[in-house]
Amino acid sequence: MTYLKKSPWVIHYDASSCNGCDIEVLAALTPVYDVERFGIINTGNPKHADIFLVTGSVNEQNKEVVKNIYEQIPEPKVVVAIGICAASGGIFRECYNVLGGVDKVIPVDVFVPGCAARPESIIDGVVTALGILESKRLAMKENGNKTMEKPGSAV
Amino acid sequence: MNAEPVISLVNAVLFVLIAPLVGGLIAGIDRKVTARMQGRVGPPVLQPFYDVGKLFEKENMVVTVTQHFYVLSYLVFMVVAGALFFSGGDMLLVIFAFTLSHIFLVLGAYASYSPYSHIGAERELIQIIAYEPMIIFTAVGMYMVTQSFNVSAIVNSGIPIILYLPGVFIGYLIVLTIKLRKSPFDLSTSHHAHQEIVKGVTTDFSGSNLGKIEIAHWYEYVFLLGVVYLFFGFNPVLAVAAIIIAYFLEILIDNTISRVKWQLTLRSAWLIAGTLGIVNLGVLYYLKGVIMP
Amino acid sequence: MNDLLFLIGFPVIIALLMLLVKDKIRNYIVIISALALGIASLYLLITYFNKNTVFFDISFEPATNIMFIIEILLAVYILYLGIKFKKYFTVALILLQAGLLVFLEMGLISGIHPVNNLFLDQFSIIMAMIIGVIGSLICVYALGYMETYHTRHTDIKDRRKLFFFILFIFLSAMFGVVFSNNLMWIFFFWEITTICSFVLIGYSRTPEATNNAFLALSMNLLGGVAFTAALIYIAIMDPSGRLFELDSLISSGYALAIVPAVLICFAGITKAALMPFSSWLVGAMVAPTPVSALLHSSTMVKAGVYIIVRFAPVLALTTEGFIIALVGAITFLLASGIAISQSNAKKVLAYSTIANLGLIVACAGVGTYNLMWVAILLIIFHAIAKSLLFLCVGTVENRIGSKNIEDMGGLIVRMPKIAMMMFIGMAGMFLAPFGMVISKWAAIEAFITAPYGLIFIAILAFGGSFTVFYWSKWMGKIISVMRHQEVVEDTVKKEKWAVLYILTALVVGVCLAFPLISTYLIEPFIMNIYGVTTGLSQANFAIMIMMICLLLIMPFSMLFYRTGSKHVSPYMGGRTTEGEMKFSGTFGTMRELSLSNYYMEKYFGEDKVFYIGTLLCWGLLLIAGIILAGVIL
Repeated sequence: MTYLKKSPWVIHYDASSCNGCDIEVLAALTPVYDVERFGIINTGNPKHADIFLVTGSVNEQNKEVVKNIYEQIPEPKVVVAIGICAASGGIFRECYNVLGGVDKVIPVDVFVPGCAARPESIIDGVVTALGILESKRLAMKENGNKTMEKPGSAV
Repeated sequence: MNAEPVISLVNAVLFVLIAPLVGGLIAGIDRKVTARMQGRVGPPVLQPFYDVGKLFEKENMVVTVTQHFYVLSYLVFMVVAGALFFSGGDMLLVIFAFTLSHIFLVLGAYASYSPYSHIGAERELIQIIAYEPMIIFTAVGMYMVTQSFNVSAIVNSGIPIILYLPGVFIGYLIVLTIKLRKSPFDLSTSHHAHQEIVKGVTTDFSGSNLGKIEIAHWYEYVFLLGVVYLFFGFNPVLAVAAIIIAYFLEILIDNTISRVKWQLTLRSAWLIAGTLGIVNLGVLYYLKGVIMP
Repeated sequence: MNDLLFLIGFPVIIALLMLLVKDKIRNYIVIISALALGIASLYLLITYFNKNTVFFDISFEPATNIMFIIEILLAVYILYLGIKFKKYFTVALILLQAGLLVFLEMGLISGIHPVNNLFLDQFSIIMAMIIGVIGSLICVYALGYMETYHTRHTDIKDRRKLFFFILFIFLSAMFGVVFSNNLMWIFFFWEITTICSFVLIGYSRTPEATNNAFLALSMNLLGGVAFTAALIYIAIMDPSGRLFELDSLISSGYALAIVPAVLICFAGITKAALMPFSSWLVGAMVAPTPVSALLHSSTMVKAGVYIIVRFAPVLALTTEGFIIALVGAITFLLASGIAISQSNAKKVLAYSTIANLGLIVACAGVGTYNLMWVAILLIIFHAIAKSLLFLCVGTVENRIGSKNIEDMGGLIVRMPKIAMMMFIGMAGMFLAPFGMVISKWAAIEAFITAPYGLIFIAILAFGGSFTVFYWSKWMGKIISVMRHQEVVEDTVKKEKWAVLYILTALVVGVCLAFPLISTYLIEPFIMNIYGVTTGLSQANFAIMIMMICLLLIMPFSMLFYRTGSKHVSPYMGGRTTEGEMKFSGTFGTMRELSLSNYYMEKYFGEDKVFYIGTLLCWGLLLIAGIILAGVIL
């Protein structure tokens, strides 16, 4: 049992999303859903975060940003791609500037479908991510606390 | 008088061991009460411990290795200051040790050269100079009432200090808001979503360093509330009640008043707290016809 | 007695040598004489520290006559220069002073034979150590510095022979000030230091330097006039000349001593550049850095506070003393405030010096025995730490070509050793458990038992927090680890390194050793004067030492962390920050990040605050003058 499962901190980034999924993510923090009861805090600072919530279909301008933020998150970390745009580019897939999904830039662990993804699905996705986070942490401990190359796994 | 140094040492050791637990619990209760005020369920009361435990499970990541030194010094001197206080030492020395530890935090933030840490560090410095005069007045006020700077003498004096120092107490509560990093004075960093300068002072710390900073904050809570206790030391039950009420007030203020700019922080701390403090001390001086050599 | 004469006379011989020799030989002579002076001061310490005040009988007559002749010659010299540069205020002052002096020497003192003209007590030993050790170190530093200085400033004529001549004359004069018991002799050496300062400030002969030199001269001459007036008063009051002996004057009680005490303290105020006279010290920063380090932070201005501390027993618990203390305290508060708004490193150091001198005077003006203890401690710690900082800033300036704090970002990468020493120096100025904080702590505890001490505590609390602010933000600037900077430190000369290392070691060493200094030097001195003494309690000593040890051990913790940490870039909102911190702004341009400190000019701007200080302090001095006039009449 790791503490990671009980205190997952989140960083949320909008990679050229229409903001629909972002609003739903923030809705999860409101008293109606209140994810803080799981210990989840929206830190907004990659160095403090464990879970990287990405929305949006990623374009040329923000692919570097996504990579940069990803690199600044200390291990063990998981990436949750929220919404259909983050999974495959969604309805913007054919646009000239759209890369088409977060997994084109960084390894993704959990995909949460929807347009916009409902808060319940998002919470479900985060809970799944927690399980992955825990297994990564246990693997890290076995490795003598060295960081390991992480294979992505989708759900 | 052989027992005294032993008692002080025991107190100091007890502080070092128990304070993080108490402080963490206080932090947890804080979050629970805040959540309830906001109509939410809130995290479990032990959540801060889970948070720190998780932080120590993260990988060791820094911007520069000097960060380890600064954070370690911050923690160590915070513990030293608190241990000095609880072992009954000289209150002024405690205040200076306290300032020393905070300067290390500020230096750690400066070391990383990120714009957010930098502004956070400047604001943290402004906070430090905002509250320092007032806590010196607190110590001076305690001396004027009990004729000693030693915490052990102040606690054991049996004098109802609050009756002599009401202005100083209110001033202290105002700067307590600054020190606890509660709205409206949570300029440099806060435990809630900050987003204005990301996490301010703590932006570039992660993993075990962040965990140590959190633990240092717990030690700080215990020390700060200990000073509140001093005002009511003549009646321990009343003192504990006062601590609870004071902290509840802080949470209430935190949830109702929004963050202010640094100019207003400085002004409130210096003008209001300073004036309250100086006037109180001046009145006391005049009334007691105090302390002529 | 031979030691005293050696310390006063030897630098004069070296000074004359300086006029003759050139570079290489000069280097050797300076280093050897510095060693000699340092060892002689140490010898003085070891021989006399456990004896109480010792008086030396040197005959008054021939020495005083020689002094008088030198003073007149100097007055003529200043007169000539004053007329040449059209500084008529200076001319007026020097005429006034010379006139008073002639009146004194010719008219009043014909029959007197004071005997105990030289003396040595623990306070003199402390001052002699500062002059002998720190002063000599700075002279050695000046060798390397002046060479670089002239390489950089090719438009300034190389007058190094004169420079080092004056430097050693100055050392001699300072020794004279602290060893003389005869007030007329103190005045003579005092005036010599004024002239030295004048020449050294104007070293570069630029118009700015010349103006500042005359400003310094005028203000110090104002003090000199007051000093001469005090001497005349003493001569009239006691024609036997006994009161010219400092110890007799001080122990003769309020009625006799207060007028000369206040007048001489006024002279001390001008020399120590308290408000309203601080502009000369700030202006003196145009001089080469060793001058700033030696004269304007560790030694000459210390002569000003030295004399005020000497008179503290007379001032204690009097209204006049209270006013002088208030002038010092207000200076402390306002100068610390101004230092926040300055980005020129030397100006920050200058204002910090003025502030600390104000604090020392505040302690001395109130004059209780525990405040005397604080004042002497402050003198010691400030002299060491401030000279270290000035020398480091000088070295930095020579390497990076700028005095601006904003240009010192990332110094820990570019000049690691110097940055570390600056760090220690600054820590010595405001961080517990170093000396200045010990003094601040003791000051608060001492003021609280003094009458109206609350005012001083309030000023100390606020001024102290200003101090924390401007030192911390400077510290933060030099320790930010900016990437990809080249190391420019390697070209600093050997002698400079030696001096800097020794000074840094002293900063730490004196903190560790201060219990000893207190027990063997300061406390006996205070005991002699007041009959009671004080110090920090044993427990607090122990805690201080523990904290210093902790602080020293901490950096070694870094060795644990050398490996095993993953390095990432600082966070800048997701922008890539490898190398220079650049981000793409509007229209596709790349913009570079620049971070600067807060200066808060609106609140602490130099002009506004200085104006307030001048008003307040002139007002206070006028009140003191009125009271004094009342006493005389």
